[in-house]
Order: sequence, then structure tokens, then C-alpha cells
Amino acid sequence: MSANQLALWYLVAAVSFILALKGLSGPRTARRGNVYGMIGMAIALLVTLALVYSRSKNVAPILGGMAIGGIIGAIVARRVQMTQMPELVAAMHSLVGLAAVFIAVAAVNNPVAMGLDAPITVGHKVELFIGTFIGAITFSGSVIAFGKLSGRIRSAPVVFKGQHFVNLAIGIAMIGFGIWFCVAPPETHWMPFIIMMALAFLLGFLLIIPIGGADMPVVISMLNSYSGWAAAGIGFSLDNPMLIIAGSLVGSSGAILSYIMCKAMNRSFFSVILGGFGGETADAAGAGEKKQVKTGSPEDAAFLLSNADLVIIVPGYGLAVARAQHAVKELAQKLTSKGVTVKFAIHPVAGRMPGHMNVLLAEAEVPYDQVFEMEDINSEFPQADVALILGANDVVNPLAEQKGSAIYGMPIIEAHKAKNVIVNKRSMASGYAGLDNPLFYMDKTMMVFGDAKKVVEELVKAIE
Amino acid sequence: MTSGVDPIVVNLIVFVLAIFVGYHVVWNVTPALHTPLMSLTNAISSIILVGAMLAAGASDLDWGGWLGVVAVTLVSINVFGGFLVTQRMLGMFKKKEPKPGGAKE
Repeated sequence: MSANQLALWYLVAAVSFILALKGLSGPRTARRGNVYGMIGMAIALLVTLALVYSRSKNVAPILGGMAIGGIIGAIVARRVQMTQMPELVAAMHSLVGLAAVFIAVAAVNNPVAMGLDAPITVGHKVELFIGTFIGAITFSGSVIAFGKLSGRIRSAPVVFKGQHFVNLAIGIAMIGFGIWFCVAPPETHWMPFIIMMALAFLLGFLLIIPIGGADMPVVISMLNSYSGWAAAGIGFSLDNPMLIIAGSLVGSSGAILSYIMCKAMNRSFFSVILGGFGGETADAAGAGEKKQVKTGSPEDAAFLLSNADLVIIVPGYGLAVARAQHAVKELAQKLTSKGVTVKFAIHPVAGRMPGHMNVLLAEAEVPYDQVFEMEDINSEFPQADVALILGANDVVNPLAEQKGSAIYGMPIIEAHKAKNVIVNKRSMASGYAGLDNPLFYMDKTMMVFGDAKKVVEELVKAIE
Repeated sequence: MTSGVDPIVVNLIVFVLAIFVGYHVVWNVTPALHTPLMSLTNAISSIILVGAMLAAGASDLDWGGWLGVVAVTLVSINVFGGFLVTQRMLGMFKKKEPKPGGAKE
């Protein structure tokens, strides 16, 4: 196979990947999109295998590795629960990052075997440096993200004094060692390379540790983006346009998602990344008089719901934690059979990753034409008889419309405009932003405390 | 003209154009599908397997080559897992059934 043939096949694969992403413009074309992605990947892999075979005939270890990895991947894909998607995606990003580092190390060790000149040119060394540090940061950052999302590490931000300076110092040192690596001759370039790599791993860890749980949608999107840039960086190093194109598509995608997430929280990217924001406080009552909330039982709530014409359900992270999505579907179905119109309102950052709520509802077989994005459904709340809030807090906090509050400017779901509001939470603990929520104290609001799944199941029973 | 152009410049051209395409294509993804978008792009990022194959493809594998084999194994988890989990997720998105007791879709 000539270099030109290879490149042309890569072009076909790249086009396939672009078509794959295009397919995600709507649920009808989405599955076809995924198939295009698989085709593109298959082409790229087969063609590369053919290239390796033609060069060295040594494809056995590769095929063996692919078989083992493939089986593990297939098992995980079948078994993972949709509520675990955020941590799965984080774990997968880490693998790409680590692979980038390994490939770079292999290239520095034996450039000729990978198609590079020896000694490696400065230009390619710069590219290897970039691919390595992005890959390393992606790896350790994603491992921490995985830990936080799966509950293995405390999701509250871990902060310490002076950490921004420490991070900056490490970052500068890493770049310094990277430059040293680039200009050093092969006899001496290993040490700066390894130190640079170690610092990059450390930096990834330190960057993600201070970020709290509900900022994770931004973090995962960012790491998603980085894994793409790591691949592109390796693509530059190996002069491989396939890696550059596919890596750039992924990098742009993640960057856009990060931007969307930040806008949806009305926080700047840097404010999120610098971390230290948010965390649960045990008691939101604070100093001064305790304000009263109206509480009710599931039966009280069920009465309100069954007599409504339009009910809008607002799911939040609490619903995901309680695995209540199937119960909610039953509730929606029951209400619909009683002639109530039921719609779902999704805030862009509800949950722990972009689109998290949508997938949970889809898994519960809630038809997607009952599920609406915030911008599309906000105007209907004044006509809604009941807004049912399930495990959401900051995304329905009207303080976001008040100048001077910590979350001012954040777009919210205007549940407070509904005629009646029912809120289900486990307790009065404040949400991620640490703010009290005036929605809970309104006259028209009824709090129903308890685990989301239990409460919703009781609602279903009570609606007769 | 392009005969005198450094490959790095060609790579740069490809890079910039790919970013443009990515930008436009991804803005058209409906928010309801953002989670499948992440798992799909993660699967696509496992294109790095191509690099891993090249690292693991020498006729005689030194320690760097074996590092490449490990990379092949790790990324293969992403390739198969990523596309399969995306497929599973996308299969869950259904519209309301046309009428009760009507034909199954």
C-alpha cells in the first residue's frame, strides 16, 4: 500500500466521521450517524493494519491487544447503567490520554520504527511534547473526574492555600522541561522528557481536584476536548492526517460542549477550571429566623397533580442519584391516562454531564417529544398548573434573576411561574451553589421530602 | 506550488479546516443528544489506535513496542465500548407510539 493510497483511505474515513457527527442532529438520523462512525473507524483501522503488515508482518500482538480490549469494551458497554454514563465517559477519556503518552514515549524511544527521522527534528519534538502533556493531563484529570463522579473520591472541591500558584509553577516548569527536551540531543533528552511527563500527570490531578461535583459537566466536556487534541498532537508528531482530522473534530466538539455548559451556568470557563466553587452545606437555614416551608405528603401532591391540565416535570441530579427515572415515566404515563398533559423541562446543566437527563428519560422510555429544552418550554410555565421539581435546586432558583446574588445571570427553568409548585428533595440542604432557594418558601410551593424514587412511586400509587 | 511546502504546513491546513468543520457540525447537534455526542466523539478519539498500531508494529518489539501494544489494548476498549454504548443509548430514544395498541415501531 502506497502512502497515497493510505492517505486516500484516511480521507474516506474522515468523511465518514463527519457524517457520523452530522447524524446527531436529531434522534431519527442519530443511529445512522453512529454506523457511519463505525465504518470510518473500521476503514482507518484496517488500512493501518495493512500498512503495518506490509512493513513488518508483525500484527499478532496488535490483534491480540484489540481482541482483549474489544471484549472488555463490549462487556462494559452492555452492562453500564445510564446513570453511570458520566463516569464511564471520564474513564474512557483517560485511556485515550494514556495511549497518547505511551505512543509518544514509543516514538522518542524508536522514531525510525514509527516513520520519523532519527534524531527527531525539533518541530516533531515540539509536537511530541504537546501530545504528551495534553495526553498526560487528560489521563490524570480524567481519573480524578471518574473518582469524583463514581463517588470514590469526595466530590466536594479540595482546595488548599496557594494552589493556583502551585499549579502555575508546575505548569511553567513543565513547559521549561518540554523546551529542554525539544532542543536537547538524543543522548540527553530523556530526562527532561520524563520530568515534563511527570509534571503533566501531576498537573492533571491538581487541576481537577478542586472542582466540585456539579461543575463536572464542564470538566468532562473539557477532558473530552483534550482527548481530541491529544490525538491531534500525536497526529502532528507522526505526520498522520487521520489523527489530526479526527482529533480536531473531537477537540472542537468538546470545546463547544464546554462553552455551552459554562453559558448555562453563567460562569466563565476560567472560573470553573480554577475551581473551589460550590459544595453542599449541611444546613441552609443560616443565622436568623428559620423561614417556614409548606410540606405535604405524596397524597397531597397526587391530588394536585391529578387535577391539573398541564404538569411540567423538572428533573435534576437527585433523580439520577435515586434512579427514579422509571418511576417518573410511570407517573407521567398515569397522569396522561387521566387526561393530564405532561411535559419535561430539561436545564442544560441538570445532572453531571450534558444531556444526562435526556438519556435517563430515554432509558425509561419517555418519548422524546415529551422532553423539552429549557428555552423551548420556559414560556409555558405560567400556564402550567403544576411544576413538579424532582431533585433539582439551583436550576430552578429564582435568585438567578436577582442582581447581586451569587448565581445572577444563570439561565434558569422558570418553574416559579407555574400556578403550583411541588418540590421533592431529601432534605433542606442547599444545592451546589450553597444558596438558599426562595422557590421553596413561596406560598404556592409544597415540599415533599424523601428519596425521589420512593416519593414518585407513592405518587403513582396515590393517583387513582 | 505545494511541492515546496513543508508537511507541517499541510498538517496545519488540515488541522484548521477540520476545526472549522467540527465547529459547524457540532453546533447542529440537538441538546437532547449531547450525551451520545460525548460517547460518540470519545469513540472517534480512539482513532489514536492508529498511532498505537504504528508503535506496536515493528517486526521486533522492544520495550517501546510493547508499550504500544498496551496502548492498543487500552484504546480498543474505547473503540468497541464507545461505539457500542452509543448505539445502545441511541436505541433508547423513541417517539410517542402513534396510537395505543397500534403497530409496534
